[in-house]
Amino acid sequence: MNTTTMLQILGSGMLKTAAIFFLTMVFSLPLGLFFSFGRMSGNVVIRTIAKFYISVMRGTPLMLQMIVVYFAPYYVFGLRIPAGYRFVAVILSFVLNYAAYYAEIYRSGIESIPKGQYEAAEVLGYSKIQTFVKIILPQVVKRILPPVTNEMITLVKDTSLAFVLTEVEMFTAAKQIAAKETSILPLMAAGLFYYLFNLVVAAVMEHVEKRLNYYK
Amino acid sequence: MQDKVLEINHMKKRFGDLTVLEDISLSVKKGEVVSVIGPSGSGKSTLLRCATMLEWMDGGELIYLGERAAYEENGKCVYASKTELKKIHKHFGLVFQNFNLFPHYTVLKNIIDAPVSVDKVPKQEAKERAITLLKQLGLENKMDCYPHQLSGGQQQRVSIARALALQPQILFFDEPTSALDPELTGEVLKVIRELAKQHMTMIIVTHEMQFARELSDRIIFMEQGIIQQQGTPEEIFTAPNARVKEFIGKFAG
Ligand SMILES: Nc1ncnc2c1ncn2[C@@H]1O[C@H](COP(=O)(O)OP(=O)(O)OP(=O)(O)O)[C@@H](O)[C@H]1O
Ligand SMILES: [Mg+2]
Repeated sequence: MNTTTMLQILGSGMLKTAAIFFLTMVFSLPLGLFFSFGRMSGNVVIRTIAKFYISVMRGTPLMLQMIVVYFAPYYVFGLRIPAGYRFVAVILSFVLNYAAYYAEIYRSGIESIPKGQYEAAEVLGYSKIQTFVKIILPQVVKRILPPVTNEMITLVKDTSLAFVLTEVEMFTAAKQIAAKETSILPLMAAGLFYYLFNLVVAAVMEHVEKRLNYYK
Repeated sequence: MQDKVLEINHMKKRFGDLTVLEDISLSVKKGEVVSVIGPSGSGKSTLLRCATMLEWMDGGELIYLGERAAYEENGKCVYASKTELKKIHKHFGLVFQNFNLFPHYTVLKNIIDAPVSVDKVPKQEAKERAITLLKQLGLENKMDCYPHQLSGGQQQRVSIARALALQPQILFFDEPTSALDPELTGEVLKVIRELAKQHMTMIIVTHEMQFARELSDRIIFMEQGIIQQQGTPEEIFTAPNARVKEFIGKFAG
């Protein structure tokens, strides 16, 4: 294997890692908010379902969830698993799993907003939706940035789990090359890549936090 | 013209087994300033919260400017429709003990956001109104500050401006100076005095006896969920009944 092929394999692994990361973020952040509403719902059935869902997602290995999501169409619906489904299954299971974590983060953020903010908005005549979107959510976002950053950093590292469904992301690519070339260098390169990726994530989030420092 | 801005008849409120408002009747005329005094736990805040519909009352009648927000039927309290309540909401404002300003909005935005996004006042007009108010309250140079950059007294004045910006017919205050350091209460009381001079209709829950005495047209003494005594400041302070006397005595002593 020459250097060019090695770099190509690593490069496409990198892209896949980045794709898993961004797609998971884009879908799990809003879905998490939705789940947190379920978790805080006044309806006891909805609340219990959401609570159970979240506890299962947090209480079982992501790897197992990936396998379940991947085989579900076959075992549950008797469908043949299409070839392109592997990547979809990775994203789907990541999204479902991370949304559960984000739901709890949103919930703690929403519950930490003083009751007085809702009451002031209510007396001023804001609708429920206006109150949430204009008054509550911006304050929640500021409060939950640190735990969200933690989850994002975990996610970057978790992307390596995609190998379970034989998706060749960064770590799998590096492992394959390392095995063929009997060299540890590709793995070191992969490690460096994760580290740099997370440095960028942390730096971006720090910047966002600073931007929101204009109020307390 | 509707003379009575607010009318409360036989208002009742319970929290579980605890009856907080036993039977409160009260009516407030346009331009009148009413102070509510009474010991802690007597239900003063609950009265304001029921009047501003932050709490649902369990019985009685609530009327703003002749429009009925709630009435009693077969021993149950019935509220008007959502649309009607929304309209009635515009008649009153409430100033909280701990301000409850929106921390992520500037002073100006705190004041104009409700007029613009609730009442659909054109932004420019809302802004002009807000600036007039801020000048009146001596805060025009704080317009672009965020609440955390202001003193407690300044924050409370902003919250008064925020309530006034919606041009309510009646303004409720729940202990507007209780969260403030003593040296800051003066600036807030001054603003309320100024409003009284402009014949703003107000109901003020307060522990500032001297202030209540000089400012109010009427003082209400509440205890155990009922109005124990009410009257002009002269009546309350010169001829208090036994309970009121004891209560006022604690403040004088
Ligand atoms: N949401 C609630 N749930 C249960 N009990 C409540 C609630 N709100 C108030 N209470 C109770 O109702 C009673 C009256 O409370 P309220 O706050 O109206 O008194 P207050 O006269 O405003 O007292 P203070 O001078 O201390 O502010 C108190 O015993 C209080 O514990
Ligand atoms: Mg109170």
